[in-house]
Amino acid sequence: MINSADKLKVDRRDGKLVMAQIYVAFIALLIGGLAGLLQVLVRSGRFELPAGIGYYQILTVHGVVLGLVLTTFFIMGFMQACVSKTAGTFTTKQRTIAWIGFWLMTIGTVMAAVMILLNEASVLYTFYAPLQAHFLFYLGLTLVVVGSWLGSAAIIMKYAEWRRANPGTPSPLLTFMALVNVLMWIVATLGVAATVLIQLLPWSLGLVETVNVGVSRTLFWYFGHPLVYFWLLPAYMAWYVIIPKIIGGKIFSDSLARMSFILFLLFSIPVGFHHQLLEPGIDAAWKFLQVVLTFLVVIPSLMTAFSLFATFETFGRSKGAKGLFGWFKMLPWGDARFAVPFIGMLSFIPAGAGGLINASNQMNQVVHNTIWVTGHFHLTLATAVVLTFFGITFWLVPHLTGRVLTKAINKLALIQGVLWAIGMTFMSGAMHAAGLLGAPRRSAFSEYGGAPQAAEWIPYQVAQAVGGSILFLAIILMLYIFVNLAFFAPKGEEEFPIGEMSTHAEPAPMVFENWKIWMGITVLLILFAYTIPFIDLIQNAPPGSKGYNNLW
Amino acid sequence: MHMHKFEKVWLIFGVGTLLVFLTVLGVSAFYLGNQPPSCLATIDPEKVETQAPFNEPGLKKVEGKAWDYELVFVAQAFNYNPGDVEIPFGATVKIIATTKDVIHGFEVAGTNINMMLEPGYISEHITTFDKTGEYLILCNEYCGAGHHLMTSKIEVVES
Repeated sequence: MINSADKLKVDRRDGKLVMAQIYVAFIALLIGGLAGLLQVLVRSGRFELPAGIGYYQILTVHGVVLGLVLTTFFIMGFMQACVSKTAGTFTTKQRTIAWIGFWLMTIGTVMAAVMILLNEASVLYTFYAPLQAHFLFYLGLTLVVVGSWLGSAAIIMKYAEWRRANPGTPSPLLTFMALVNVLMWIVATLGVAATVLIQLLPWSLGLVETVNVGVSRTLFWYFGHPLVYFWLLPAYMAWYVIIPKIIGGKIFSDSLARMSFILFLLFSIPVGFHHQLLEPGIDAAWKFLQVVLTFLVVIPSLMTAFSLFATFETFGRSKGAKGLFGWFKMLPWGDARFAVPFIGMLSFIPAGAGGLINASNQMNQVVHNTIWVTGHFHLTLATAVVLTFFGITFWLVPHLTGRVLTKAINKLALIQGVLWAIGMTFMSGAMHAAGLLGAPRRSAFSEYGGAPQAAEWIPYQVAQAVGGSILFLAIILMLYIFVNLAFFAPKGEEEFPIGEMSTHAEPAPMVFENWKIWMGITVLLILFAYTIPFIDLIQNAPPGSKGYNNLW
Repeated sequence: MHMHKFEKVWLIFGVGTLLVFLTVLGVSAFYLGNQPPSCLATIDPEKVETQAPFNEPGLKKVEGKAWDYELVFVAQAFNYNPGDVEIPFGATVKIIATTKDVIHGFEVAGTNINMMLEPGYISEHITTFDKTGEYLILCNEYCGAGHHLMTSKIEVVES
């Protein structure tokens, strides 16, 4: 599976497509990071927003721009780069489709952003009805999703083309993984597309009077949980395939990597109720069923952890490491392409433990909608995933722009990663602690009428502001590194690292490429988990809700 | 497909732990009755104030039920009715709440009382107040500009 194409660079035309998306992602990082800084400062109680800007307006910016825009653009770009590199350059038709997708996503982002800035859409990135934003906000988000479908279509077409040209051969691992992620994304986004197109858009345009809140939330969370796996799987692509090459080791097992991705496809979607455990309109037994399905992702997660550390240990021992943990010292700690994503991997240990708590049928009640949850996804998305994306940026951007990561920039990148770890330890740690005491998420600074309980939370909020400020410095540093790599770093050849199989690994069984089976099981699981409670939500629905657009 | 021996051990251990964990959750939910609030009852969100029990928010003593009191809350942007309430120490109380407008949260800080209030649905939670003191009720689901000012108060007092 290592053929001559692996020696080549990503085609220049595909490179431009990828870079366009990465530019948008880093602009989003700047805007969203600034919004985040303002939020932690406000919540410290020692700072007020100037010029009548609302806290919740800034919070909407932060969530939309970082949770939806940065992630979707970066992931589309990264996956297209992986596919172009391992399955071959896109055809003109495929590339054109991907470009149309990029522009739709960009136009959609601008539309949503303008509505947020005009304070017509301070509904946060989850836009729960019956809070009602301007219809252009919903339309903008629709364009982002539709655009991402076109970007996904290019990946699917390339995969199909590769399979036709190489019958009976397993597809390149990175292409396979990208394909799994876009398939999951398409199935998942059908839910959010349905609530926006069928419910929210007509309602915000005044074509229908009321909205079914329970159905809308259920469709949103049908999408909302696979969304987090859509963020995570590209990071796993880097952990499984790219990191082994960077450290000089081998991929532990091609087949097991594929199997874990298939399991993520199956078990990421029929699980949205664990975000809705405290909702009155869903039967408790169905909630429990989806809780059980949620926990099945523990299996591929354990497989991933095993593979990564097996790769690290095998590599260390091949370098002569002794003792139980001697291999740990052999890892290339001075290489930011490895060290920064490694910080991300470490953060995934407490992040995963927190996730188990959140999804637990009963413990959820202790932490639901407290700032504990915010602390949780700042470890998963905003550390594990984002630091891995930064680690990818350190080689992908110079690879595409014909430049190199210099020693000096590598050093800055290491500092950036450490700053991030320090800032996040303060911020996320304080969020987890305050959440356990009851401090709510998504709330501006408040003394809650002088309640003594609320006074206990304020020191933690100050700690969050300290951590958030350090994180903002790390963001500035990252933007400097990005601009350097994109425009100023010395010309040269930066490697696109793709791991090789260890010599005794067997070829992957072809059953993994049988999408009739895997998509079939995916659909069956979704129907099993959702059909009855969904019919229930419609049949036993209360009178609908009219829209509220004057509450912010 | 080949799997390393250590990986088999690791996965068997992991999946075994998972099964134990899910069994604990299941026994807690279905045998001990620790279910998340899933009342399933509905109400017209436009007519909350005219319908029992929401026409009379506040604490009410009840007889012949598994709980001693019913505590009715009506939420709307950006307040709860009642704004504060006294509960006798040791009382078992069924909290019944709904919203008149958008989605709100109902969290009694420092306790396990935590529910989503969604327009059209009634949320319930049964609990025993076995510690005296003042408890802050707050909205933990974003509802608009005054979201962080939306509070109420429970005082658990020796009767």
